Amino acid sequence: MAEDIVLLADQVSRYFDVSRPWLQRTLAREPKQVLRAVDGVSFRVARGSTLSLVGESGCGKSTVARLAVGLYTPSGGEIRFEGEAISAARAQPDLRRRMNMIFQDPYASLNPRWRVRDIVAEPIRAFKLLSSTADINARVGALLTQVGLAAADGEKFPHEFSGGQRQRISIARALSSEPEFLVCDEPTSALDVSVQAQILNLMKDLQQRLGLTYLFISHNLSVVRHMSDRLGVMYLGRIVEIGPAAEIFANPRHPYTKLLLDAIPDLDMVGRSRTPVGGEVPSPINPPPGCPFHPRCPLANARCKTEKPQVLHLGTVEIACHAAEEGRTTA
Amino acid sequence: MLGRFLDSDVFYSFRRNPLAVGSAIILVCVLIGSVFSPWLAPTNPFDLASLNVMDSFNPPAFMPDGARANLLGTDEQGRDVLSSIMYGTRVSLFVGVLAVAFAITLGVTVGLVAGYLGGFVESMLMRITDVQLSFPSILIALLVDGIARAVLPRELHNSLELYVLIFAIGISGWPQFARTVRGSTMVERNKEYVMAARVIGIGSARIMFSHILPNVLGPVLVIATLSLGQAILAEATLSFLGVGLPPTEPSLGTLIRIGQNFLLSGEWWVTIFPGIALALMVLAINLLGDWLRDALNPRLR
Repeated sequence: MAEDIVLLADQVSRYFDVSRPWLQRTLAREPKQVLRAVDGVSFRVARGSTLSLVGESGCGKSTVARLAVGLYTPSGGEIRFEGEAISAARAQPDLRRRMNMIFQDPYASLNPRWRVRDIVAEPIRAFKLLSSTADINARVGALLTQVGLAAADGEKFPHEFSGGQRQRISIARALSSEPEFLVCDEPTSALDVSVQAQILNLMKDLQQRLGLTYLFISHNLSVVRHMSDRLGVMYLGRIVEIGPAAEIFANPRHPYTKLLLDAIPDLDMVGRSRTPVGGEVPSPINPPPGCPFHPRCPLANARCKTEKPQVLHLGTVEIACHAAEEGRTTA
Repeated sequence: MLGRFLDSDVFYSFRRNPLAVGSAIILVCVLIGSVFSPWLAPTNPFDLASLNVMDSFNPPAFMPDGARANLLGTDEQGRDVLSSIMYGTRVSLFVGVLAVAFAITLGVTVGLVAGYLGGFVESMLMRITDVQLSFPSILIALLVDGIARAVLPRELHNSLELYVLIFAIGISGWPQFARTVRGSTMVERNKEYVMAARVIGIGSARIMFSHILPNVLGPVLVIATLSLGQAILAEATLSFLGVGLPPTEPSLGTLIRIGQNFLLSGEWWVTIFPGIALALMVLAINLLGDWLRDALNPRLR
């Protein structure tokens, strides 16, 4: 099946140099320290679909989001947008216009000194999509109406809106350059639960109407279940399991995915004891040898502690786990 | 617009602060009196035809042998002291305001560029700032003024003295703006609205000046007010030391310098009244600046 791939990531890595300044490092005879925020991640996003990436804090989800829109350059591997390397794609205004990003914190992602009208119109002006002020104002009004606000709200400043309304403004802004691909970096995690559902429904509705493609970053599995076609589970800078969302939710194979799904509050689960995910995420500066999940994994054995698992295809799912490969169910 | 200002928190805290209201009233009087001095002053102290040496050293009007026409007395040439003060304040304010404006332009630009670009550019710019901060600012101003005297031809220098002074005071005041703006810029540049602008490919210069600049201007406004007082004082100091404005174009500092020759011979009013005017103006500006700093600080609300 020839898929129409919008965004392709091939063994992408992003390292950050977190060493102390040169002089102090030399005096203390420390080596350079490198944080491997993203370490060899591969995925593809098909046109019109949603790929979600989930994982705990610090697993590199947001770094992937920023790599995907070219805010960071990869330290290794390659990202291709519409078949072009991301840096080349970003150099062309016509391709750059087709991607945009929605951010996590609606209180920080809108410039507090700008009127909403100017915030939403900035991409239109930047890409010179419309020239006359009247046309731009009309378009901004239409965009605000599309996300459930009033056209007259453009005159106000961001602080006059609630969190949910601000996220609607962010979406209107992201849509104003008529993009096809949107990277959403935890767009609902700063919002109340009731408002989250509204924003997610709005995003799904817009996806259907405008044929948008989403790369959706979240730590909330209930949100992800609602949104995704495909799902990737990240742990310590790597994707441990990726495949069709329905398949992963119905039949999680990686022990980490199982633990995450177990941790979702569920009415059926009331009164039953649950397996908590023990321990902390290890430091990505000094990751454990072998499988990065082995210190917390209930199925870990000697092989997991020494040998790094490779990605293998099990049916429609790609997974990196020795236990799943061997069909092991106990340590 | 005006209605919004009258309803704002800042105006509310202004009305509740009698010191700020008093300072503002004094400043408004000083502003009107100096800016419109050619129309408001009793006489024109620079109109040689109207001067009469017979009127020299008239004491202030409230003294036993004071002349009613000269409220604050006259100087050794028979110039009305009140008129001289009004004209002199105008010069002092002009120099102060332009010097601060120059310092803001330079300092804010340096701070924005250093804070946003970071790395090597930041290190270079901030080391320059640190070096200049380690010298007393009046020394820098004296140095710049001295260089200008040495480099410019004499008659050119005389006609440009006002602008040399503005440049010298401005150049001695920019580092504090640069430091403050750099700090705020480093906070702002990691906020998501800056990321959002970068995603759609907005250039660094536009991000600095139209996104970040409006968000770092609050502290700049406060420092600007306080350094206006400092700039006026610096100008007065330089003029008092004799390297500032010539007696043909006297500022408050020049008036004080000329007047102090007669302080011990009994004609105290020639120097005391310009001194009071200077102190009052700078005090009012500083009190207003203090209030502004508190009013714009969200933690003190």
